[in-house]
Amino acid sequence: MIFGFSILFLLTAVVTVAGALAAALLKNLVHCALSLTVTFAGLALLYLELGAQFIGFAQILVYIGAVAILVVFAILLTRGAGVPEYRGYSSSWFFGLVIAAATFALLAWAVVKSLPASLVSATPAVSVQSIGTALMSSYVLPLEIVAVLLTVALIGAVIVAMPEGKASSEKGGPQ
Amino acid sequence: MLGEGMLKGLAETAENFAGSFVSKERMTTVQYPEERIAPIENTRDFPFLIFDGTDPLAGLRCVACQICEKECPPKCIYITKSTDKKPDFVGKPQNYPTRFDIDISVCMSCQICVEVCPFEAIKMDTQFELSTTDRFGGLLLDRDQLSRSNEYYNEIHPTEAAEVDARLAEEKVKAEAKAKAAAEAAAAKAAAAAAAPPAVTAPPKEPIAKEPGA
Amino acid sequence: MSFVAKLDQIFVLLQHWIAGFFPLWLQPLVMIVLGVIAIVAAFPGIFALTTVLERKGLGRIQNRLGPNRVGPLGILQPVADGIKSLTKEDIVPLSADAIVHFLAPLVLVVAVFLGFAVLPIGRNMVLVNLDAGLLFFFAIGASTELSIFMAGWSSRNKYSLLGAMRAVAQMISYEVPLLLSSVVVVMITGSLSTVKIVEAQSGFTGFLPHWYVFTPWGFAGFALFVVAALAETNRSPFDLPEGESELVAGYFTEYSGFKFALFFLGEYLGMFSIAGFAITLFLGGWGAPFSFLEFVPSWAWFFLKLLGAIAFFIWLRGTMPRLRQDQLMNFAWKFMLPMALLNLVVAGAWRFLGEGPLGGWVRWIICSLVLLTAYVLLGRVLMRNQNLGPRSYRYAD
Repeated sequence: MIFGFSILFLLTAVVTVAGALAAALLKNLVHCALSLTVTFAGLALLYLELGAQFIGFAQILVYIGAVAILVVFAILLTRGAGVPEYRGYSSSWFFGLVIAAATFALLAWAVVKSLPASLVSATPAVSVQSIGTALMSSYVLPLEIVAVLLTVALIGAVIVAMPEGKASSEKGGPQ
Repeated sequence: MLGEGMLKGLAETAENFAGSFVSKERMTTVQYPEERIAPIENTRDFPFLIFDGTDPLAGLRCVACQICEKECPPKCIYITKSTDKKPDFVGKPQNYPTRFDIDISVCMSCQICVEVCPFEAIKMDTQFELSTTDRFGGLLLDRDQLSRSNEYYNEIHPTEAAEVDARLAEEKVKAEAKAKAAAEAAAAKAAAAAAAPPAVTAPPKEPIAKEPGA
Repeated sequence: MSFVAKLDQIFVLLQHWIAGFFPLWLQPLVMIVLGVIAIVAAFPGIFALTTVLERKGLGRIQNRLGPNRVGPLGILQPVADGIKSLTKEDIVPLSADAIVHFLAPLVLVVAVFLGFAVLPIGRNMVLVNLDAGLLFFFAIGASTELSIFMAGWSSRNKYSLLGAMRAVAQMISYEVPLLLSSVVVVMITGSLSTVKIVEAQSGFTGFLPHWYVFTPWGFAGFALFVVAALAETNRSPFDLPEGESELVAGYFTEYSGFKFALFFLGEYLGMFSIAGFAITLFLGGWGAPFSFLEFVPSWAWFFLKLLGAIAFFIWLRGTMPRLRQDQLMNFAWKFMLPMALLNLVVAGAWRFLGEGPLGGWVRWIICSLVLLTAYVLLGRVLMRNQNLGPRSYRYAD
């Protein structure tokens, strides 16, 4: 135990922070996306270390399996994978630093405030079944709203990607 | 219904799979090189030179006219004409090639050399297992490697060889008839001249050496 | 323990025996390491066998013999292939992204090996008994898409990139029916743990097993799962991303030597793990098909079923032509997704009909009819826009 943290936690934390830093500082966009994936994996490992199996695996499934793919697709379909010629630091870095520090302070205060005064020794065993029951009974409204949101996004994506019905059929001939 | 065609296809391939263990004649492949599928008669791979009889040098039909060298599209034939002559199958003295090389790494088996040869001297062989470890010299076949007998030609391309032999025999008969007619005309002229002053007349032209068999 | 039970548990007993040689504090680690060694030894061994079986099987389907020179009946062919792939020059294109190019096959193989951790190979023979085992497997399966993208992008080859894009699109589209068709099993069993799912299928009625595939919703779910699994692992007829006649080799065009062998290994191992999951979810895992055959060890049943699944995949590969990209997508979104959703409803109906007065064979008929009708109607809708007839060419006539 170093600094009161276990070695496993320290390793995972180092990997996560390194990935996040690399995602912010690397020049090649696809490399940044891949280091972001490493960050996601580190977060999933942290969840698993805390015993939250469901959310750890859901993190892998959703973030690495879908969000990372989405990010790389977005990069490739919009600007290609060329290496930018300019240096990555903007001229207004001081204000960026101030805003980042302020956000960090806010988040740190929220995290510290939410810790109970005395850490309970036994964490409640949250099984997948209890998550399912909770989703279906007390949290059913957020679940349905999220489902509606996803459906709207899906329909919107289909509409945006759909070819212009009449115009293409007149020009292109039978297809 | 969706999936019907797929089930039919699955049944057919299952039949193929099971049948391959039961009947050997379903197989379209043979266990090369232990077994070989016989090639068809008109197979052609690389050219070879024909000689009549048993002596490759004396019976070589090629007279080094160099038409095939000029007509070959990738220019893979290299001929050197001889300075002396030897008699051909009708007895007429002809040149012969002292060097006749074909580079089979270049040859594209187009058969143009066979088509233009006026002496039926070059034909297409059926051998394809000519791999060698010597990349350049091993694939340059010289005259001795290219010479094969007429019997071999009859073996690999029977119908073609029969036709060529018939044509050559016919020409030989015509040439002999012509020679006989010329001999008789000369003899008649000699007799007429002998009735006149008894001058020494040149003997009638005769083929010096007859080609045994044709 | 009787002899049959000992044979059934022989690997577990072996594991405990070897761990007994180590001090007590080291024993859990040794047990896990032995399990990992078993997986790493067994499944690549099956991979080697599968390459030979596939080539010979495909050969005989195509009226020819497969490889039969190396070893008796060509059994040692994978040894020759392994030596070849190890001794080939490893060519990395000059403009390729070296780090990502190197990491892509590693990520694939690691992700695929991780998927074997929750597969119950026999009674008490699962490496990790996770409460959310199924979710773990699908999460890991989603990570393989990332490695395919990495491979395609880092090669700096437009054909590789195209193949990678197609592969990722295909895998993402087919993940939805894959997950939905496995959710049916979770619904009925009430647990995400693979061990509990297999145990729920281990009973017998008379001598017939309680496998989920013998129920209407289970059969539909199994069919959907198998088709989606074929598409997930880029296996024929869904092998457009790696079709040799289309894109050279797709996303692994620029890989040679051992990295290619690793991709190959990863693909086949992915096929095994997904086939293993289909067996676990629908075909009763390590359970025997008839109650009088229970003397055969459970791990033997699992591997027999796995071999059967592999043989079926090879059979499909030799039979079907390749699906085009748009046909693939249509099939996934317009046919498989509605069928999977309907299957969920039917499974729920099955469960609640079973408790009411309409139990017994009535619920069989109702559920089967609903599924069959939906299949026929959706099939008609899917085939509606096909003009399948002799083509007419504008200029050639």
